Order: sequence, then structure tokens, then C-alpha cells
Amino acid sequence: MTQPDPDTPALAITGLAKTYASGVVALHAVDLVVAKGEIFALLGPNGAGKTTLINAVCGIVTPSGGHAAVFGEDTQRDYRSARRRIGLVPQELHTDAFETVLATVEFSRTLFGKPRDPAFVEKLLRDLTLWDKRDAKIMELSGGMKRRVMIAKALSHEPDLLFLDEPTAGVDVDLRRDMWDMVRGLRERGVTIVLTTHYIEEAEEMADRVGVIAKGRLILVEETATLMKKMGRKTLTLNLSEPLARLPEGLGQWDLALAADGHELVYEFDTQAEATGVPSLLRAMSDLDIGFKDLNTRQSSLEDIFVGLVHDNNVQTAETGS
Amino acid sequence: MNPRGVWAIYRFEMARFGRTFWTSLVVPVITTSLYFIVFGSAIGSRMTEVGGVPYGAFIVPGLILLSMFTESIGNASFGIYMPKWAGTIYEILSAPISPLETVTAYVGAAASKSIIVGCVILATAQIFTATPIAHPLAMAGFLVLMAVTFCLFGFLIGVWAQSFEQLQVIPLLVVYPLTFLGGAFYSIDMLPPFWRTVTLFNPVVYLISGFRWTFFGEGDVSIGASLGALALFLGICLAIVFWMFRTGYRLKS
Ligand SMILES: Nc1ncnc2c1ncn2[C@@H]1O[C@H](COP(=O)(O)OP(=O)(O)O)[C@@H](O)[C@H]1O
Ligand SMILES: [Mg+2]
Repeated sequence: MTQPDPDTPALAITGLAKTYASGVVALHAVDLVVAKGEIFALLGPNGAGKTTLINAVCGIVTPSGGHAAVFGEDTQRDYRSARRRIGLVPQELHTDAFETVLATVEFSRTLFGKPRDPAFVEKLLRDLTLWDKRDAKIMELSGGMKRRVMIAKALSHEPDLLFLDEPTAGVDVDLRRDMWDMVRGLRERGVTIVLTTHYIEEAEEMADRVGVIAKGRLILVEETATLMKKMGRKTLTLNLSEPLARLPEGLGQWDLALAADGHELVYEFDTQAEATGVPSLLRAMSDLDIGFKDLNTRQSSLEDIFVGLVHDNNVQTAETGS
Repeated sequence: MNPRGVWAIYRFEMARFGRTFWTSLVVPVITTSLYFIVFGSAIGSRMTEVGGVPYGAFIVPGLILLSMFTESIGNASFGIYMPKWAGTIYEILSAPISPLETVTAYVGAAASKSIIVGCVILATAQIFTATPIAHPLAMAGFLVLMAVTFCLFGFLIGVWAQSFEQLQVIPLLVVYPLTFLGGAFYSIDMLPPFWRTVTLFNPVVYLISGFRWTFFGEGDVSIGASLGALALFLGICLAIVFWMFRTGYRLKS
């Protein structure tokens, strides 16, 4: 038994690394701490190493280096006590086609060492709208219902730390809504949740904190609100009627840049700021008699952020020579 | 320790067998009956006894062993291959259950089924020919040990196999030749000296001989050699299973 120390993190990862037998380096020594009761989103493009990270913690992938502890229990040395507290909904739908819904969920509960509890299982299945299907064979269910079954299996032993690997990939609107309701309900009961996604909106909607992972490196961990500020930047590009040799002094108060040999004026601004500065810029330009033929705005996408972050990261590692 | 987890897997496997219960019992019974008709009656009418034992009874231990060998390998290999193939192995790998417990559950379930099959064949055989059992307790013990050993071997094949074809090929390539050439239907004393020596390298000879000893009080080799061979076979399988789990061989990446 662990000491009920409120400061023990739900998940503490140090230097966790994975190089697959094929030689692919899926994780480069990742460090991460997730506090008890937190909802943490791992955000990253396909192939970033999200699934590898989760699988290395859960025991499905053997790490090449580093450690992970779940509520203070080492996932390799004290794997029994660590795993009892973990629930995992994997990315792929892996189910036993010939089993019934009820049987497969009861199987999961006892596999994790919990005594049978028909009342708990019934409530779980009702919450996931699976109760009416309890005697159906899993192969008779739709994809969405199968995913609900996987969630029920993961929750069957009442875990304190739940991993949801791309929970909404290919999921219909109903299930998406139910899933988020469920996640909120679990959080109220104190369950810590780590989910992965490659949709920024999803991370924004659900998570307290977001970790951005790319090419096996956790390049940024931020409060969701802080990250959103960085993400909420837009670029305004004005195609000038006459090219400018340099920026006029009258426009000094805006963060401007010239592009395309002075044919374009580029302004980057924060959409969430009180005043974006766009109307005043246009007024000032008209006062200075700087005309423009066309304009467009562009939201900095997740892709841009990744490219930016990965680039910065490469520069940093190159500089430190590691 | 996670006895509930072991029991969960054991029950899951037994339920899987339960779904095909009748076919899995009817098939060995029909096969055994065919062997009795062909070997026991047709050949047995020409070859009345082997070492003082009526030929029909003489082939009973070999027939039981043959069926148990194929059943064990089929069930145990399929039991672990399926979750690997379907991806449901993720749950076993992430559960608070030790490798030893996992093997106990899978192999225990497959061995239970093999023992049932063995008993059914013994009962079927008794219909065709009254077969004496000289050492009933030793017979039961040998039956159980063989079931466990064969199932461990099957489990290894299931972990090793990467396709259904590989799953099928070992029984065909290994089990039948070794069993047929291992004296299931004859005594190796009946072979020319050269072939008798070659046959002594076949591990199944020792198993059949030992099993036959529990029925008739004598075998081709001493009971000690038979027990030694069984223990060696069991030990090798256990060592390989242990190594597989420690390295995650074909179970984890
Ligand atoms: N079993 C495996 N063997 C070899 N390479 C793998 C394996 N699983 C994943 N990879 C590789 O590791 C990298 C990270 O994959 P993954 O963790 O699945 O990323 P994500 O979940 O973020 O999409 C990818 O380049 C992927 O091709
Ligand atoms: Mg993934």
C-alpha cells in the first residue's frame, strides 16, 4: 500500500525512452509529471510517439530507458500495484468478437484483481448506454458501441488514472459528447486523465494542461490557457499598391514587417487581445496615404506551431551540442 | 498475487472451449474409433499380441497420447495466438498479473481440456477392447503431466507463430511424424537394430513407453528413462516460456 500522500503525482515519468527493434526512435528521454486529479492532453501529429508513451507506462511496450511511477509505484518494479490503478482505452478497437458485452466487462474487472460487483458493472454499463446490449456479442455492435465497450472495460476496475488514446478519432457526435461528459464526471470523482489527440480544439475543450509532443520529444508543457494565447495569433497580409522601401515612421507602434520586396506589409496580432490593432492600423495607413489592393488574414495553425516549436527545439539542441 | 486474474483467464478459455464443446469431443472420438477399426481390427486380426498384450489394447496409450498431443498444441497455441492476432493481448499485458500467472491460466485451461479429451478416448477405447490399467494412479499422473507439457509446448508455438499457417505447420510437421515413428502403433523392439537406435532419439518414444508402462507394467524403455524424458521436455518448455516473457518475445515490442 502507498502512503496517502496528497503530493504524490498521479504520473511521474523520468527519461522514458523507446527505440523499437526496427531502429525507430519513438521516444527520446521524456520527462513529465501529471498531478492528481488533472486532465492532461498529449497533443501531437501522427507518429509523434503518443501511443508509445502510454504503452510504455502501461506495460505493453518495454521502455529502452527511464522510469515511470504511478501514484508513486514504479511501473516496472511494483507493476502490480501500479497497474491496478491504471485504466487504458487503447487507440485501436481490440475486442473479443464472440464474447458478450457483460462477460467481457466482468472479465476485465476480475483480471485486474477486483471482486465481482454486479451493481457497479450495471451502473457502468448504464452510464455508457450499453446496458440494453449487455447480452449482445461484441461482433454484433457498431464501431461506436465497441468503443464504449472498451471504455467500460478500462473503467471496470475503478482506476485512479485513465489513459484515453485518441478517444475521439472516428467517433460520432453522440459518443464524443458522452465521452466528454464521462471525462468530466470522472474528474469530479478525482480520477486523473491523460488523453492524446491531434486536435487542438479537443485539448482546449477538455484539458487543464497540454503537452506538445513531436518526433518523440515533449517540446512544451503548458497550462491550456497559456498555450491558447500562443495559438491564437493571426497574420494580416496587405498587398500594397506601391512598394515601400522601408517602414514609415508613422506606423512604428505596430509590430510590422515588409515582405515580397516591399510589396507586402505583414502584421501579426493576437486575436484574443482586447484590441487587435487592425482598425487603427488601417486608419493610420489611410492617413499616410498608403494604399493596398488586397488583404488576407491567416490563423497560425497547429502545424505552424509544431514547425515553429520543433525548429526552435532543434536550434536549441544544436546550440547546447547535445 | 492475483488469483482472481488467473481465474478470469482460465474461465475465459474454458468458455471458449465450451462454445465448441461437442465438436471438440466428437472429433477425437471418431478419429479414435477409426484407428481402432483400421489398426485394432484389420491389422490386429493378423497381429494378435505385442509382448503378451492384445494388439487392440496395446495401441490404446499411443492413441490417447496422439490425440492429447494434437489437442493440446491446437488449444494452447490458439489460446495465446488469438489475443495476439486480434490485439486483445493489450489487456493481458497491462493487467496486474505476472508472466507465471498468465501461463498458469492459459496452460491450465488448455491442459484441463486435454485431460477431458484423454479420459473420453480412454472410455471410447474400453468399448472396443477391454484395456487393463496396471497402475491407475501413475496413469492419471502421467496423463496430467503429459497434458501440461504438451500445452506448454503449444503455448510456445502460439507465442512464436506470426501467421495462421505457422500455427498449423508444427502439428503437421512435428507431432504426427514423431508420434507415428515413436511407437504409437508398434513396439520399437519390432524394428531392425539400426532404426531402433535412431528411434531412441525421438523424445515421444519415451513418453509413449512410459504411458504404456502405466497400463501394462512394461514399456520399451525403463519407466525412469520415461519420467526423465518427460521432466526434461517440461523443463525445456518452462525455460523457454520464462525467457519469452522476460524478453517480451513477440508479445511486447
Ligand atoms: N511496434 C512498432 N515497431 C516499430 N515502430 C513503431 C512501432 N509502433 C510505433 N512505431 C513507430 O514509432 C513512432 C511513434 O509511433 P506512435 O507512438 O504510434 O505515435 P502516435 O501515437 O503519436 O501517432 C512512429 O514512427 C511509428 O512508426
Ligand atoms: Mg497513436
